[in-house]
Amino acid sequence: MANFYLDTPALKHHLNHPLMKRIVELKERNYRDKDEYDYAPMDFEDAMDSYDRVLEIIGEICGEIIAPNAEGVDHEGPVCANGRVTYASGTKANLEAVTKAGLMGVAMPRRFGGLNFPNVPYMMAADMVSRSDAGFENLWGLQDCAETLYEFGNEDQRMRYITRVCQGETMSMDLTEPDAGSDLQSVMLKATYNEEDGCWYLNGVKRFITNGDADIHLVLARSEEGTKDGRGLSMFIYDKRNGGVNVRRIENKMGIKGSPTCELVFKNAKAELCGDRKLGLIKYVMALMNGARLGIAAQSVGLSQAAYNEALSYAKDRKQFGKAIIEFPAVYEILSLMKAKLDASRSLLYETTRFVDMYKALDDIAKERKLTPEERQEQKLYSKLADSFTPLAKGLGSEFANQNAYDCIQVHGGSGFMKDYTCERLYRDARITSIYEGTTQLQVVAAIRYVTTGAYLAKIKEYETLEVSEDLKGLQKQLVEMAEKYAKAVEYVSEAKDQNLLDICARKMVEMAGYIIMAHLLLQDATQSPELFKTSAFVFVRYVRGEVEKNSSFISDFKVEDLANYVK
Amino acid sequence: MGLKIIVLAKQVPDTRNVGKDAMNADGTINRAALPAIFNPEDLNALELALRIKDNNPGTTVSILTMGPARASEVIREGMYRGADNGYLLTDRAFAGADTLATSYALATAIKKIGGYDLIIGGRQAIDGDTAQVGPQVAEKLGLGQITYTEEVLSLENGKITVRRHIDGGIEVVEGTLPLVLTVNGSAAPCRPRNAKLVQKFKYATSKSEENPAKEKYAEQLKGKDYLEITEWSVADVDGDTKQCGLSGSPTKVKKIENIIFQAKESKTITGSDADVENLIIELLNNHTIG
Repeated sequence: MANFYLDTPALKHHLNHPLMKRIVELKERNYRDKDEYDYAPMDFEDAMDSYDRVLEIIGEICGEIIAPNAEGVDHEGPVCANGRVTYASGTKANLEAVTKAGLMGVAMPRRFGGLNFPNVPYMMAADMVSRSDAGFENLWGLQDCAETLYEFGNEDQRMRYITRVCQGETMSMDLTEPDAGSDLQSVMLKATYNEEDGCWYLNGVKRFITNGDADIHLVLARSEEGTKDGRGLSMFIYDKRNGGVNVRRIENKMGIKGSPTCELVFKNAKAELCGDRKLGLIKYVMALMNGARLGIAAQSVGLSQAAYNEALSYAKDRKQFGKAIIEFPAVYEILSLMKAKLDASRSLLYETTRFVDMYKALDDIAKERKLTPEERQEQKLYSKLADSFTPLAKGLGSEFANQNAYDCIQVHGGSGFMKDYTCERLYRDARITSIYEGTTQLQVVAAIRYVTTGAYLAKIKEYETLEVSEDLKGLQKQLVEMAEKYAKAVEYVSEAKDQNLLDICARKMVEMAGYIIMAHLLLQDATQSPELFKTSAFVFVRYVRGEVEKNSSFISDFKVEDLANYVK
Repeated sequence: MGLKIIVLAKQVPDTRNVGKDAMNADGTINRAALPAIFNPEDLNALELALRIKDNNPGTTVSILTMGPARASEVIREGMYRGADNGYLLTDRAFAGADTLATSYALATAIKKIGGYDLIIGGRQAIDGDTAQVGPQVAEKLGLGQITYTEEVLSLENGKITVRRHIDGGIEVVEGTLPLVLTVNGSAAPCRPRNAKLVQKFKYATSKSEENPAKEKYAEQLKGKDYLEITEWSVADVDGDTKQCGLSGSPTKVKKIENIIFQAKESKTITGSDADVENLIIELLNNHTIG
């Protein structure tokens, strides 16, 4: 019986982080649901026990149902006919399993039928689902949209829609249009208010919409006639039961083929406004995207895990020159680096998720009562940390997933290039992670301000003061030296006071900060659970040392006049 | 209208993943080396029962199992998937039972529960592979039985129509309730455990089970009757100890042997249609396939 939770003890390690106590207390409001719901926890230990048990169920569904279905889903794919999408048979079976298991609405409050889990165990589920079938994670993970509905919808909308999501209905977020991709300010889909029936109607086209035939859609549309930028956009809820939206076609994609990517035609589709007019892009979609980016970070880690597992098992199995190829340094070096990148990106994912959990729980409490000054302080701190860590987790995590998928094929050699092995699907599936929900380049744009303001450096300095076990002290010292190099590079670029120079060096600096942060997190993990993380800590710090050297060398003599060589 | 369904379930050693230390030197099963699991075909039986429950509001599904205190795990596993409650038959006097003594014990417990419409069990358990307990329970209760059930096709007005999976094909039969069904492994697989039900029932225990967590939360769990798994001894079900356990078991194991299959001769089969057909006939006849 394959169980993706039990066979990956790193998950339980991250679940047991000390900050969880505070997160669960806040999320459960001191366990007030216990008298009202027979499945609500009575205290912290009880809640943690429940997370552990539920993750074990998800691990089993992943290992026994979703992963075995992945290949068939990849081949069969969804089909579109008469404006509607039919999922691949394996996808249907997966959806039935997660619905029967009560795994829709994982993070939603109990009054809507959710499990009220914090994001940490929820992202662990996403991590495992992605490892099984990254395409299916998109469908299951779109329950994230319920979070946006919860945050910005009114209580009536929450009650009508979130309850349905908790019962298994799927969602989509309809943002992109043919001429509005990374630049969502250009969204043109038109929302018109009809005075007669007091309803909004949507007209236009959306493109690249994941799960575009979902039951419930969140739609970004232009509600303010005559406007051209983001301030004229509002968010709407479209209910498939009302009709008016057809799927024109499904894209033929390189990867995540089980997840239907749709072109949608809105023809007088009745919709309702979610939240306030004009805040669609600037407030709601930004929140939605941050949640989605965390989801992609989890998807990336799941893919990294799958790639590592496939490579490891092949390398043990495959014999050349009279021995298993894993015995050759050239091969085990690849595998150790894959594992180190996997462990590092997972540590960053859950650190980020804890920050998100902290501020979101406090945000939610603030809806009920005034926060104390200490709580407001806490909320501000974690909100800033979440904002600064999310682009690192998504940007760097997805790049690592791609590198691991590449290396996974490399370990397989010629066989990896054939369609016979899982690794080729992982390679195709991983490719999108560094593109959608904001390309790596856009993650750098989101992250660079924390480089220039010194926010990352301040956090790194904080990590430097944490205790690590005796045998890791040398590594910690090396990281201090690397941080100095990073600070020097940032200082050099900042002093030049040239936006283009800053932009061209931005990714190198963001990488340095992110890698150093990941390395510190791995040292903490290795101190707690040396059996799981110690070798990765050593391998990763050596890797980061090389990368910091490389990136700071790139920056060190980059002059404004050198930019001319790059301009096309 | 709701029905009352009793699902017979057994906790068995997981003989599907047998390692080299699975057997003791004396030929008995080394239970320590094999994890205890929900007998696979009993899970098919549970799913069949839960589907009837899904389609017939008001239906209750109870799990009945016999075994040591830890066999309550099977009942909890059932509750995690949608069963309403469970009965554990546990008593030293039940130990060492063969199929006859087992079916006697189960039948007395079923009589005690009473009011049932359907008794549903797996075709057979993977530890003994006898497929006798279900039919014997039916006989002892004086009920009709349908074995090798694969799917319920209809259920109304006290009549049930099921599809049976039999050698060489299927058979559709009708039966009158109350009735015993044994369910084949080819029936629908059991649904996964449900996240809410796991959280709701995780502290469900029978009285002789020790559970420190349950003691810790004694105050909060007070009044939650659904956390009590009914536990019955021989006396509780008014059983006759002579018909229970070892003393009620005419089956005596004389000797157990490890059999290792060895290919003694090789046969060459060409790709011709005739050869392939003969091979299929041979494999069907010696039950290698089919």
